[in-house]
Amino acid sequence: MTAATAAHSVVDSSPRAKTVAGVLVVLYALISIAPLLWIGATAFKSPEDAIAYPPKVLFQPTLEGYVNLFTVRTRQTPEFVATLPPATTWYDKLVRSRGMVIAGPSKVVPRFINSIVIAFGSTFLAVLLGTLAAYGFSRFKVPLADDLLFFILSTRMMPPIAVAIPIYLMYRQLGLTDTRIGLILLYTAVNVSLAVWLLKGFIDEIPREYEEAALVDGYTRLQAFRKAVLPQAATGIAATAIFSLIFSWNEYAFALLLTSGDAQTMPPFIPFIIGEGGQDWPAVAAATTLFLTPIVIFTVILRKHLLRGITFGAVRK
Amino acid sequence: MAMQNQVETLADRPAARVAERLALRARGLSDRTVAWLFIAPTILLLLAINIFPLIWAIRLSFTNYKSNLGHLPIRFVGLANYLDILSDEDVWHGLQVTAHFVIFAIAFQVLIGFGLALLINRGFRGHGFWTTVILVPMMLSPVVVGNFWTLLLQPQIGPFNYVVGFLTGVPSASFSTIGDVSLAPWTIVMVDTWMWTPYVMLICLAGLRSIPDYIYEAAEIDRASPWRQFWSITLPMVMPFLMLAVLFRAIEAFKMFDLVNLLTSGGPGSTTELASITLKREAFEKWRTGYSSAFAIILFVTVFGAANIYVKALNRVKRR
Repeated sequence: MTAATAAHSVVDSSPRAKTVAGVLVVLYALISIAPLLWIGATAFKSPEDAIAYPPKVLFQPTLEGYVNLFTVRTRQTPEFVATLPPATTWYDKLVRSRGMVIAGPSKVVPRFINSIVIAFGSTFLAVLLGTLAAYGFSRFKVPLADDLLFFILSTRMMPPIAVAIPIYLMYRQLGLTDTRIGLILLYTAVNVSLAVWLLKGFIDEIPREYEEAALVDGYTRLQAFRKAVLPQAATGIAATAIFSLIFSWNEYAFALLLTSGDAQTMPPFIPFIIGEGGQDWPAVAAATTLFLTPIVIFTVILRKHLLRGITFGAVRK
Repeated sequence: MAMQNQVETLADRPAARVAERLALRARGLSDRTVAWLFIAPTILLLLAINIFPLIWAIRLSFTNYKSNLGHLPIRFVGLANYLDILSDEDVWHGLQVTAHFVIFAIAFQVLIGFGLALLINRGFRGHGFWTTVILVPMMLSPVVVGNFWTLLLQPQIGPFNYVVGFLTGVPSASFSTIGDVSLAPWTIVMVDTWMWTPYVMLICLAGLRSIPDYIYEAAEIDRASPWRQFWSITLPMVMPFLMLAVLFRAIEAFKMFDLVNLLTSGGPGSTTELASITLKREAFEKWRTGYSSAFAIILFVTVFGAANIYVKALNRVKRR
């Protein structure tokens, strides 16, 4: 659905109408993207500039936000700092110029790794299960197929907090609280409903003739699935995987309630990046930038399948 | 639902090939086995992670269980939790706040989203690129973005207030979009609208592009005014898409937790305390597990019931 080919009003808009439309849409786009640009800019501000009045559009860029994000610092007396060997790296110097000393790495890297492991783990499982189930629903006469599909969808309608109570209790019993595997299982369950619905749509579009030919050639059902269906469904599987990744990456409510330390992901972590006296905004902005950038890239990649993904495959164009 | 029609036609297809398939079944696993082998893991996972907890929650909702005091004997209290909730004024207030949020957020998203879709559909140069730019906010993490909005909305230092102050002449430190009782409910609507207008826009765009040109051509021959064309062709044809968008958005907005929890965490006072936030307070701050389970069940039944009614209406619109 490249927009250029799909716009097809024969009663084509007049050039003037197009210009007016263009101006209005670009204006909206700029306004809606402005907060994101502000975040990106704040990441390069000094803490003072980040909360200056009036808000600063032009400023002296610094990497202090990124340095603060990745380190834990302690404030020291000038006499103590003087006794230390001179700072060798640029980030040491930057921190010392603030009268502080780097005490060690912050928790951001382990949190980021948690986010990556949990997002990829749950995506892999959800897409695996989802592909199998979608194929099952697409190609075989499953008793009560409609009801099962609706059941799968309905699990998505529950408010996360509502399911969180018993899951919290269940995980406590099983020792799954604050573990990566606990969150992976949970996100798999949430994502699998989307995966089944989306992939069923994609597999429905693959002509059956391919598999039937393979079956006639003496392949078993499983071989036919692997060799005739999977390659054709690759695009759909990739799109589904990206949707799954994005959900797991962004999820907050469960991560907040079920993790506290070891397995904590980025979303519950970012709001608690604090410096001396409140939130360290440049560091928060740096974390936010690093966290959001992959999603922006994925959105651009997904553009063609976005509509399908957000409507559970109901709108296909 | 839209998808259910497809399900039926697909279910019919294999039946026509029974003979063919009987012959093929001789080799390897039978189709029935493969089908169940493929579907069972998903169903089992959902039963374990969704249905079992749900049943557990239903059971808990009839007790006075407090999960931070797990050693205390659990007493069944019958429907007491449900009666407490339904007669609790705070709960009704929370539902009012939620209704305000859902209705206005969706109204703005529909108006702006549909408007943008109409404009983009005129096909000006570079509309593909700008559409993608507009789509970005909805893919982002609500909590991470919500967290950052708290800086943007700071009364003194936030750029939002500065811009509003600059444009209207109101001193930017004189009002607080997240701290004022009268403004906060609108602030969460605004941020949600910022985030989710692209969603409605994208679905409306698909609706607009599904309208065949010949209908407009016929209207043109009949000399129907553009205004008339909009009301008699565009709007009715886009309606099913619009309703689908509203359905999905309404369910999501009703469940809303992360964005608002970060922006206002329900405050000031309880002016933005959505049902999900009340639920989190009861369940994970006051640890009234039984009570909050009952509340969760009520919310779930509400969403589920409303969604079902809505889907029926949606199908009726589609059939016309």
